[in-house]
Amino acid sequence: MTNLVEVNNLKAWIGEQQILKGISLSVQHNDVLAIIGPSGCGKSTFIRCLNRLHEEIIGARVEGEVKILNENIYGSTVDPVRVRRQIGMVFQKPNPFPSLSIYDNVAIGLKLAGIRRKSALDEVVERSLKQAALWDEVKDKLRMPGTSLSGGQQQRLCIARALAVNPPILLMDEPTSALDPISKAKIETLLQDLKRYVTIIMVTHNMQQASRVSSKTAFFLLGELIEFGPTEQIFTQPKAKLTEDYITGRFG
Amino acid sequence: MKSLSSALSFNDYRRKLINYMMIGLIVLGAFVALAPLFSIFYYVIERGYHNLSWTFFTSLPAPIGESGGGMGNALLGSLKIIGMATLLGVPWGIATGVYLSEYSYGKSSKTLRFVIDLLMGVPSIVIGIFIFTVVVRPMGGFSAYAGAVALAIIMCPIIARSTEEMLKTVPIHYREAGLALGIQRWKVILFILVRGKWGAIMTGVVLGVARISGETAPLLFTSLNNQYWSGSLKDPTSSLPVQIYTYSISPYEEWQMQAWTGALVLIIFVFLINLVIRSFFSNMRDSRD
Repeated sequence: MTNLVEVNNLKAWIGEQQILKGISLSVQHNDVLAIIGPSGCGKSTFIRCLNRLHEEIIGARVEGEVKILNENIYGSTVDPVRVRRQIGMVFQKPNPFPSLSIYDNVAIGLKLAGIRRKSALDEVVERSLKQAALWDEVKDKLRMPGTSLSGGQQQRLCIARALAVNPPILLMDEPTSALDPISKAKIETLLQDLKRYVTIIMVTHNMQQASRVSSKTAFFLLGELIEFGPTEQIFTQPKAKLTEDYITGRFG
Repeated sequence: MKSLSSALSFNDYRRKLINYMMIGLIVLGAFVALAPLFSIFYYVIERGYHNLSWTFFTSLPAPIGESGGGMGNALLGSLKIIGMATLLGVPWGIATGVYLSEYSYGKSSKTLRFVIDLLMGVPSIVIGIFIFTVVVRPMGGFSAYAGAVALAIIMCPIIARSTEEMLKTVPIHYREAGLALGIQRWKVILFILVRGKWGAIMTGVVLGVARISGETAPLLFTSLNNQYWSGSLKDPTSSLPVQIYTYSISPYEEWQMQAWTGALVLIIFVFLINLVIRSFFSNMRDSRD
């Protein structure tokens, strides 16, 4: 089985501070990888390295190799814009673009990439909103501002926005941590559906979420990958003492 | 127990009294701040409305001793100069604001921001003299162009700083969300950030236009004045503030009264610009986040 994402000895800095100290792991098609670990362990930085968003921070630096479909995205000729089109991202706080309608929030990635044909856009908007389990709630008010929705709906709108460009990989940075329990549950159910179309790499603080949703789990601590394996094994028979301590809540 | 409750009620009384006194002070402060504004309105309207008629807007100034006449040429001249200054100053100001907020970090941005603040503080008459030297003299005479350039220079830092402040209120994760969609940086800035804050940026533009509408000193050095309909933008051009200035320092009472009417028209003009631009962009409500 070929690796969709292959990370080799990835190191990342912000200024003088080293955030990631040599991470290596691989992700296969239709995996759901959960990244767990205490705050400040480099989880977010790790996924931000996968779509080259980390380098947008002033003073940020990356070393090592990230291969997506066997191409190193840190190669000298690779355009980060092209990399990001293949990788969707959902952020911790729902952030639909202000003053854009629900429709335009989903369509903007394609519109700004130069696609103008209305029938094509309509189709993508409907498909993405259905995938994000939001279509039924918003189909009659597609022209309303995206910010008029509730927090949970906004987050699903952001998922639809990311899915609209049809990326094989979806990165999620604590996608439910700013939501109420019901919205959280809806998004978790949604993730079960989504893994049929996309490979998901998500950061989460929530152990139950990681164990419910993911097929693989990576445990990070202080910028290092402590343990990586099938979720069931990590949660039932962790090999490292640190992993066990963290999962059972002895620290973190 | 009794003493405690009586002490409490005394404190309650005192606290309420101080509360009312403070509210009174705040209302008084607001009134003191607004009083000059309303007295200016009152004064200008009271003195200016006599001569306010259709001919004031359409006819040329009357020669000394004749009654009637108007400021038609000055009004048209102001529209020309302000229009050109806006065309020049708004894109320039917004571009500078975008640069300050999105592209510049560290020392260069600090320097640029300092220079822009400095430019905002430069007396407008200095800008007038500057344009006199670099535009009026090489071009061989006063012109509407020169006036527009001077006003655009006054306008640019106002719009730049307000645009910068507005863009800075957009949290970074919105930029990242745009970039993560594989949208080029300039498109994220233009079509997501600037568009999202368009209403607020336009408020800065209104402030800029209102500010230059009343500028007199720089126009004295650049577009000067004219008693006729000036045909070309290369000719000296009359403007409302300069005409008001010329008339109000004259010894003739008819002219002084005309100056009051001019001032009234100027205030109405600024008011209308505010109203039009705001109502035009009020349907593009900015989100709070």
